[in-house]
Amino acid sequence: MNAAKSLTNGASPAERRAGWKRYKASMRYGLYVIFHPFDGFWDLVHEQRGSLPAAHTYLFLFLLTYVLRLMLTNFQFITAPIQYINVYEQCGSLLFPFLVLCVSNWALSTLFDGKGRFRDIYMAMCYALVPYILIQLPLILVSNMISFDEAAYYQVLGSVSVIWCVFLVFVGLMQVHDYTPGKTVIFLFFTVFGALVILFLILVFFSLLSDAIGFFVSLYREIAFRLY
Amino acid sequence: MKRTQRILSFALAALLLLPMSAALAVDDGFSATYTYNYDYWGDLRESPDAYRVDQVVYSRSLGLDVPMRKPQSLYAKGSDLYVCDTGNNRILQLRRDADKQFSLVRVISEINGAEPATFNSPSDIALDSAGNIYICDTNNNRIVKVDKDLNYLQSFVKPLDSTFDQSLSFLPSRLVVDSVGRVFTLATHVNKGLVKYEANGEFTGFVGANTVKYNLWEYIWKTFFTTKEQRDQQAAFVPTEYENICIDKEGFIYATNIVFSEYDLMSDVAKPIRRLNSIGSDILIKNDRYPPIGDLEWVEGTNDYGPSKFKDITVLDNDIYIAVDRTRGRLFGYDPQGIMLWAFGTKGNSEGAFLSAISIEHMGNDLMVLDENESSITVFTPTEYGNLIYRANDQYLKGDYDGSADTWREVLKLNANYNSAFIGIGRALMRQEAYGEAMEYFKMAHDRQNYGRAYRYYRKILVEKNIGWIVAVVAALLVIPLVIRKVKGVKEEVEAYERRKVAH
Repeated sequence: MNAAKSLTNGASPAERRAGWKRYKASMRYGLYVIFHPFDGFWDLVHEQRGSLPAAHTYLFLFLLTYVLRLMLTNFQFITAPIQYINVYEQCGSLLFPFLVLCVSNWALSTLFDGKGRFRDIYMAMCYALVPYILIQLPLILVSNMISFDEAAYYQVLGSVSVIWCVFLVFVGLMQVHDYTPGKTVIFLFFTVFGALVILFLILVFFSLLSDAIGFFVSLYREIAFRLY
Repeated sequence: MKRTQRILSFALAALLLLPMSAALAVDDGFSATYTYNYDYWGDLRESPDAYRVDQVVYSRSLGLDVPMRKPQSLYAKGSDLYVCDTGNNRILQLRRDADKQFSLVRVISEINGAEPATFNSPSDIALDSAGNIYICDTNNNRIVKVDKDLNYLQSFVKPLDSTFDQSLSFLPSRLVVDSVGRVFTLATHVNKGLVKYEANGEFTGFVGANTVKYNLWEYIWKTFFTTKEQRDQQAAFVPTEYENICIDKEGFIYATNIVFSEYDLMSDVAKPIRRLNSIGSDILIKNDRYPPIGDLEWVEGTNDYGPSKFKDITVLDNDIYIAVDRTRGRLFGYDPQGIMLWAFGTKGNSEGAFLSAISIEHMGNDLMVLDENESSITVFTPTEYGNLIYRANDQYLKGDYDGSADTWREVLKLNANYNSAFIGIGRALMRQEAYGEAMEYFKMAHDRQNYGRAYRYYRKILVEKNIGWIVAVVAALLVIPLVIRKVKGVKEEVEAYERRKVAH
């Protein structure tokens, strides 16, 4: 939080320098976390080694990697109809479920006796995306240097990046909430269920809202017709 | 600003189109989307016409006293065309002269030396290499073999075999004869595959049964959760019958199937077109992104909604096969690799449109399509564009790769959306070792395998040419840090020495 404040314009140069230093340290900490997940995620939240700006940066880099991958990967390895792809839509379709899962996780952590706050959960989830960025960005370059027969290497590395991320999410949530592995599995299951409930509520809300607006619009029209 | 631009460009386009609209206004029965093909993304792309109507043969133009009624099948051999005039219990033999005009040779309604001598709903006909005629005499429950003067030779009747359900009457509806005189027939209500007879008339079993497909959930549901009455109402787990068959010059049987679930088409479970070998396995080659299923998409809410249903299929001499679809009255041509060459046709009464296409045959590259309800035969001849596609394929099969590429270039001039042309040219370029150019063509056609192959050669040459630079860069990356470290070390030593000197 200090880092975020000290990066704003109101801060003195010294504060700003300190904030910048802390931001860099928390970014570099992402590299430590992915190789030492158990220690890493514990210290990330309990020892204040991570920071929100770094988490935002990683999330942004993740989205950037995803979009670049769609656009620049050699056509031998990806079937992406470039002419139909909408970058904002792609980002939204990643960001929205990500945030819904975070919210659902946070909401359910109360029931499951979790220790994590919302910003801890968000930070852990963002730091867990680092392997995807580190592997997929170079893979874009590699895809343009290898041929279709060598696709196996490309696919193995791609799978590793995803599996690594999933593992980190698991460990991250476990450490943030101070759970046992078994409890984390059940908790993740309920998190997905909770996300579905949230989506359902959003749908219901918007359909009711449009009904309500429709009612007032027709009421207004009715009155307008009667009066004039 | 944007709107004015749009209006301006629209006006400009209209101006440009004005001279063309006069040409378009001439109605020759071909609408703008008559012929098309599908691109890599499965989107419909209009193309020039591959075939045009040469003529339509009606009962009147043949001078028939009794017009054709519900004809079921065509068979072409040499310049002879046989038409099964099923509704009138007769067979018409037509002949095409040098001017491509059809005339009636004879009407076959009786044969010599058989009991009964007349036909009852003859629904298919085939000739063997000796010129003997085989006729599916459906409602007389037999297939008769007669010589070319219609003298009775042999008949193939209901197999008295325990594998054949004796409670069914034998209703042969379609037949093919292979080069050694074996007869394969489709019989109505027989779902075990094609009924196979040896040349001597002996029944020797079934070939190529459709396999039954159901998933575990369906099985559990039907077995444990439905009553007997409900089960009887539902579709049973039985294999379906084929719709039509045809035999190619190598003796493989092409069969079409119209009973399948729409959802099984793309995953290639439905297999509406099959090529059966002697033990009845499907050996059709499918090297395209989409299996040969006819139309890939259809518009909801129209009368002719639904997947293509192939009523008949014919195989040209160069292994190109053409299937005719009843749903939208279209013809689909595929090359031996299963890549769609073209598709055309529509439903309707005008020339080149069908009400109910039921049978297709070919003479050379010309196509004849029989319409059941119109009782007409539409004759198509390939256009320049269609001929170019055939020529390019033939040249490729003969090994004239460069000539094939030149022909494909001609095709591209007429239709720049033609994927096979890009692949054909790319292959020729690769043989000429122009790998970079070949890659561009393969990329245009989204051909990954060939692109990868060309790229490997391209990369090899690139590396070989620049090996000096590559070694130099790698060496530099290894050596420079070493040098830097060394220099730093020396510097520090010197500094330490200086410091010590000052201290002393």
